Amino acid sequence: MSKFHVSTTVNGDSVEYLCDPRETLLDCLRDKLNLTGAKEGCGTGDCGACSVSVDGRLVCSCLMLGVEADGKQIETVEGIADGDVLHPLQQKFIEHAALQCGICTPGILVAAKSLLEKNPNPTEEETRYWLAGNLCRCTGYDKIIRAVMETAEELREAS
Amino acid sequence: MDYHSPASFAEASALAANATGITRFLAGGTDVLVQLRSELVTPDTLIDIKKIEGVSDITKNADGSWTIGVAATGAEMSEHPELGGDWPGVVEAMDLIGSTQVQGRATLTGNLCNGSPAADSVPAMAAAGVTVTVTGPEGTREVAVEEIPTGPGKTSLSKGELVSAVHIPARGEDGGDAYLRFIPRTEMDIAVVGVGVNLRLDGDTVTEARVSLGAVAPTVLLVEDCAKAIIGSTLDDAALDALAAAASAACNPIDDKRGTIAFRTEVAGVLAKRAAKIAYARAKGEQA
Repeated sequence: MSKFHVSTTVNGDSVEYLCDPRETLLDCLRDKLNLTGAKEGCGTGDCGACSVSVDGRLVCSCLMLGVEADGKQIETVEGIADGDVLHPLQQKFIEHAALQCGICTPGILVAAKSLLEKNPNPTEEETRYWLAGNLCRCTGYDKIIRAVMETAEELREAS
Repeated sequence: MDYHSPASFAEASALAANATGITRFLAGGTDVLVQLRSELVTPDTLIDIKKIEGVSDITKNADGSWTIGVAATGAEMSEHPELGGDWPGVVEAMDLIGSTQVQGRATLTGNLCNGSPAADSVPAMAAAGVTVTVTGPEGTREVAVEEIPTGPGKTSLSKGELVSAVHIPARGEDGGDAYLRFIPRTEMDIAVVGVGVNLRLDGDTVTEARVSLGAVAPTVLLVEDCAKAIIGSTLDDAALDALAAAASAACNPIDDKRGTIAFRTEVAGVLAKRAAKIAYARAKGEQA
């Protein structure tokens, strides 16, 4: 089985890896680049725990092959904080205790950041629809939505 | 599994024509990768068409028609400043598929070629009169959308053939389209019934109509009797009742956990009425 050489950018860093064409981007991020923030929940694009941004577009990294990442700009949950300084979304998630077991949290942070970049002033309904592809088995949705809405408000006031 | 990313549709077609075993084309991958991961379909040859120039383009042509690239995503269609103004039904049907994440990758062409009877964009495209260009070893041909699926998971594309462009007709004056589906929840589900309606008016009278049903037969249905029921009418109650009766009569659904035969047949009529009213309002330039 011949492997493919992939050159891509993850959280601003140029990276390279060799992958089998059957390996997903999620496999490559976790097993080759040791970026284990993105989680495999379902592996079939239903749960959103593996959400990453590819060229500014929110996708499930389990529904994309590692070989397709060549030349792309990938952003994962590891790139959200600025060093030790948490992103406002991360800070709000802590304040609201918007996580229980934490498996869905990286995907929800990436998805929520993507929402606020496109729409700094979402309604609660828009936020709930945007995050409909991110499942939380602990069912802590209400705190998650409140944390996102409050972050959006604070970011608007700050800008 | 061999992975290829050809630079042209001719090359993609040649690769597929010469491949042995199972071949799949990869656009958004939201079906192909699920089938691969769940070991339902493990392709021997996977041909990624996204390196072909222009495949993500959404273009309004000089005659008012649209050409949608085979890798243009649902998100790109929804965000397009003009496409949704011309063809709101096609765009809303595509937008109903999956989550934000799925919208970032899923394509009209993938939805069509996956061959699911419940594909949301397909009835909307059939109602709109969408055609696709098929590129194969013998050259290209134009095919109506409703002639692509031949049964669940099956298409009329032969070995070495692939869809290379999607063409939506010019909207023209006094026209409107709409797509509605029934699902047991508000989001993230597969259609139990889907109905696409596209019509044109002269004053208050319907002069042209196309009505298409999804998820109520092995393939999408373009129902001539539904169109006949409303052409020449002002979409009065009698015409709407005739439309609903024709839609229900055309149904040949399965019974499954998501909907019984009786339920799907009834709902097809109800949704046909509602979608026709929305398309009519849109043709009049009203918000709907």
